[in-house]
Amino acid sequence: MSYGLSTSLPASSVAPEAIPLRALLPWAVFGLVLAVVLLYFVGAEQGATSLVSGHAVHEFVHDGRHLLGFPCH
Amino acid sequence: MAGRLLARGMIAGVFAACLAFLFARVFGEPQVDLSIAFESARDAAAGMATEPEIVSRTVQASFGLLTAAVMYGAAYGGIFAIVFALAYGRVGRISPRALALLLAGAGFLTFVLIPDLKYPPNPPAVGQAGTIGLRTATYFEMIVLSLCVMALSLLVGRRLTQHFGLWNGALCGVGLFVALTALVQSGLPDINEVPADFPAVVLWRFREAAIGMQVVLWGALGLIFGPLATTALARGTTGRRQVG
Repeated sequence: MSYGLSTSLPASSVAPEAIPLRALLPWAVFGLVLAVVLLYFVGAEQGATSLVSGHAVHEFVHDGRHLLGFPCH
Repeated sequence: MAGRLLARGMIAGVFAACLAFLFARVFGEPQVDLSIAFESARDAAAGMATEPEIVSRTVQASFGLLTAAVMYGAAYGGIFAIVFALAYGRVGRISPRALALLLAGAGFLTFVLIPDLKYPPNPPAVGQAGTIGLRTATYFEMIVLSLCVMALSLLVGRRLTQHFGLWNGALCGVGLFVALTALVQSGLPDINEVPADFPAVVLWRFREAAIGMQVVLWGALGLIFGPLATTALARGTTGRRQVG
């Protein structure tokens, strides 16, 4: 299966069918909550705010926090 | 369908994060080590006791960095998949692979490059402990505002293309994006806590590595998610031939 050089963006052979918003919404909420929790523990826990006492979480993800661009220390 | 795409987005994010980890390990860690050496020398000169090591440097630079990258990759992989599921079928006839790559570029711009232009990544030894609250708040505000600016520019630009054609409408959208970004960035407080004697080369190399790590992560995310989404969408429409 190859694409001609004349097409800059490969287009679908059939018109793409959109996913209905009603079907998307619960997964979107679930995914966003999960993402926020993950990002909170990588980026902010035991820095500006703290749910778990001590510095273990901060120290463990320390290098990642710096290199991923979050404020640290 | 949306659930399947979400799972695949997070899986793609985890794989992309592993590649980003390798990049950061090779190019980022040497700069982190140099910054920590600077910090230790500064503290020693000031007569301060060295900080107790809760987690060893070896663990921080390997499992710690990998864990942080994988959590970050899974999180943005999930957000990416949701945006993909929303955009697919609503932005014209474009293949899943091409849409995934375009969205990955937009995601990098929105979540990384624009926020980093205002608040660039900083190595250890840069940043005062007392301002961590302000720095964290402004950083996340910048990301949220960047997302708003991107969404608004895309929506307005899309409407304008219907009236003024693709070229002119897209240019207006880009112009709006640049103007709003400049406005938002000039409105947020400036933060500069780089010590006067901190080596400029280390700072530059660190930021290069940090942004390079994100290029790897978002690029791989888009490229890995494309084929995964193609098969997921093809399975969703059984009996119809889908070409990615």
